[in-house]
Amino acid sequence: MPRLTLTINGRSVSARRGDTILAAARRSGIRIPTLCNLEGLIPAGACRVCLVEVAGYPRPVPACATGIEQGMAVTTDSEPLAAARRTTVELLLAERNHSCAVCVMNRHCRLQDLAARLGIDHVRFAFISPLAGVDMSHERFGIDHNRCILCRRCVRVCDEIEGAHTWDVAGRGAASRIICDLAQPWGTSATCTGCGKCVQACPTGALFEKDAPTRKGTMDLAGLAQWRRSRK
Amino acid sequence: MTRPRLATVWLSGCSGCHMSLLNLHGDLLELLGRCDLVYSPLADIKEYPRGVDIALVEGAVANEENREMAGIVRSRTACVVSLGDCAVNGNVSALRNPLGREGTLERVYGEAAPEHGVARLLPTALPLHQVIGVDLFLPGCPPAPERIRWVLTRLLEGRPVALPPEMLSFG
Repeated sequence: MPRLTLTINGRSVSARRGDTILAAARRSGIRIPTLCNLEGLIPAGACRVCLVEVAGYPRPVPACATGIEQGMAVTTDSEPLAAARRTTVELLLAERNHSCAVCVMNRHCRLQDLAARLGIDHVRFAFISPLAGVDMSHERFGIDHNRCILCRRCVRVCDEIEGAHTWDVAGRGAASRIICDLAQPWGTSATCTGCGKCVQACPTGALFEKDAPTRKGTMDLAGLAQWRRSRK
Repeated sequence: MTRPRLATVWLSGCSGCHMSLLNLHGDLLELLGRCDLVYSPLADIKEYPRGVDIALVEGAVANEENREMAGIVRSRTACVVSLGDCAVNGNVSALRNPLGREGTLERVYGEAAPEHGVARLLPTALPLHQVIGVDLFLPGCPPAPERIRWVLTRLLEGRPVALPPEMLSFG
């Protein structure tokens, strides 16, 4: 397989053609924080937490959705990037109602963990505090839109892995909502197979299992994606 | 050298942060041996004194009384510490915010909303730093006793306080 050479944080790195910056960095042992990214799913670049600087580019780009090029010079941990990531996560926290203490995913949440790693001890923005709604109509699962960060992991896993495409996104900007089929209660969905992949993929407490311990397991999504592709 | 003057303040919170402070057990005696506790819900002192060095403030600013108290604390304190998630981001106290003030009173009291004897609610419960300047944030619901001990010890020793990630998490 043809290989390309680039530098990440001044280090010379060899990666496969077609790799993303994130994949190349991870294979080289360089850590870039992510939130909407999930191995096995097509990158969405939705959360902007994995922003990196590329020499010659006018502005930072998402590492998960940017392909590598020969001779590229990437910086993953500058002061402006840290500030941008921090601001991004603070805005996510301010947009809906993320009260960790009363969340089913407290201490098992990727957003909570990321906020701590980025050194966020408070949010500088005014909280919007919308009443985003909760849908408990499904027999086994629930969705609390107040916890949703619109990362679209559920949408992508349902489409790309399960092949049901039950979930979608309606609206724009902060008013966007994850919707089920034609914006109907989850319990009335004709397409949902009840597989629970969306629940497992959700990085926060937005999607959860009813009457179950608050642990979400981990899935080998990369393996599942490969299996699904092999059946086509 | 004079001993540092410490205050702890209880705004709209559940007192869990103060319980966490008490959970320092023997360490609390050691800490209090190195400063003077000049104001606290744990002590019978009516008026917030002047010349306070460190104030740990628990709870969100949810009513007019809280807002007034926060202003007094700021004007008489050198270092104000936002203690716990309610003070830091509103947390449980702010769960009412989507309902608004009238909606909250309606939900809680129905027809029997009290007109006298209770502090007037602000339209939304606010984090402390949106009302007064805050010098240090100590998140957690409640912050673990170890976090409080770590911060207080450093403040009393006049050392810089930058919480490591494992002491920063909300919830």
